[in-house]
Amino acid sequence: MQGIDWAYMAELAPIILRYVPLTLTMASIAMVCALVLSVLLAIIRIQRVPVVDWAVGLFISFFRGTPLLVQLFLFYYGLPRIFASLTQIDGITAAIIGLTLHFSAYMAESIRGAILGVDRSQWEAAESLGMTRARMLRRIILPQAARIAAPTLLNYFIDMIKSTSLAFTLGVTEMMGAAQKEAAGSFLYLEAFLVVALMYWIIVEALSFVQRILERRMQRAFQR
Amino acid sequence: MNADCEISVTGLRKSFGPLTVLNGIDLRLKAGERVAIIGPSGTGKSTLLRCMNYLDRPEAGVIRIGDLTVDAATVTRQQILALRRRTSFVFQHYALFANKTARENITEGLIGVRGIPLAEANRRADRILADIGLSDKAGSYPAALSGGQQQRVGIGRAMAMESDLMLFDEPTSALDPEWVGEVLDLIRRVADGRQTMLIVTHEMQFAREIADRIVFMEGGRIVEQGPPAQIFDNPRDERTRAFLRRVG
Ligand SMILES: Nc1ncnc2c1ncn2[C@@H]1O[C@H](COP(=O)(O)OP(=O)(O)OP(=O)(O)O)[C@@H](O)[C@H]1O
Ligand SMILES: [Mg+2]
Repeated sequence: MQGIDWAYMAELAPIILRYVPLTLTMASIAMVCALVLSVLLAIIRIQRVPVVDWAVGLFISFFRGTPLLVQLFLFYYGLPRIFASLTQIDGITAAIIGLTLHFSAYMAESIRGAILGVDRSQWEAAESLGMTRARMLRRIILPQAARIAAPTLLNYFIDMIKSTSLAFTLGVTEMMGAAQKEAAGSFLYLEAFLVVALMYWIIVEALSFVQRILERRMQRAFQR
Repeated sequence: MNADCEISVTGLRKSFGPLTVLNGIDLRLKAGERVAIIGPSGTGKSTLLRCMNYLDRPEAGVIRIGDLTVDAATVTRQQILALRRRTSFVFQHYALFANKTARENITEGLIGVRGIPLAEANRRADRILADIGLSDKAGSYPAALSGGQQQRVGIGRAMAMESDLMLFDEPTSALDPEWVGEVLDLIRRVADGRQTMLIVTHEMQFAREIADRIVFMEGGRIVEQGPPAQIFDNPRDERTRAFLRRVG
């Protein structure tokens, strides 16, 4: 068996590292958009807005029912057809849109569960004061739901970071793409992808660490 | 608080599925009147209070508070908000906002419903906290307060709204016995201020002491009502007599 070329890996690491910001940027933008969208979707589901609720149900069902990779291709190749002005959509944009929609479908269900997990007495106390629905959600319900949903949402963020690697299939040179290009010259594919794997692993472990701290903080919130 | 704000409930009906819980309730309160509701469990006392705040939606009946008329047949969202802004509710299980400190629980309605600026709301909250003896707990979250302290904040939150009618649903029955006294004392002081109030309670002695009138309910109806001395010492209806024998 041929040994692993550690020196080559050490050489490659700083090159791949340069693409980490792109990965984190794509994931962060998609996460922020997905958060906003999923809170809206969750509220629509809970308020059972007629017709819209049905459409939201269909949306969630579709984005949970089909593979992310297929969705990304649909956006990349499909959007320019629907919107003629977009002769070409760049891979990064398509990936962000795809990740946003895909993850918001999952996150909407978690957030809905978290909102329903807030004790009924909290709604009633707010209602009894004569608060409007919007204010009630903003001031009382969502802050408490956020605490319930936070660990799950962080899991989705971690998942999203890893999923940005699929942007590679849309021609985006992110960590995977960069590794592929380097390996094409050196033929050391194993080493190149091993570097990528290690880097994802480190990022995810760092986030898990933050997650644990946050969870402990969340448990202590509103206790003193 | 409007000094001459008459309150009336007419023909109030409410059912949960096949179960009729309120079977035509008529009730009037004069401004400043303190009325206690007593009656057996499951008789619709809580439901009556909740309907008066539209936490439960009655199927029929008219609620009047001063110049505001809310008819279940034609009620709008705006009317429900208006009704809630003229009534305040003290819950059996306190129902303090878990993500708000004691002071914020009191200011929340002032700022968000009454539109009072933060600084003024804080001043009022601090006055109320002093009044309910919890100035030192202003920055504590409900989870860090005893049951009695939580309920005092719950009452403070309702007091702050200066509503035309305060509704109390068994405010002491979830409390450990050691905290009942301090909460009753606070309610007594609210009553002494001639706040119009409707209180559901199992504390018969307390009801007799603070109420101008006792209402006895059973089976979704008002069976008998009158001054405490009459209801407790000379009940006319056999059901009232049976109930009072049981509790006491
Ligand atoms: N949300 C609900 N859904 C179904 N049934 C309900 C609901 N709320 C109350 N009920 C029923 O309505 C009846 C009256 O309840 P309510 O709570 O008003 O009684 P109560 O007089 O306050 O009793 P207690 O003294 O035990 O508090 C009970 O039979 C109860 O089970
Ligand atoms: Mg009750």
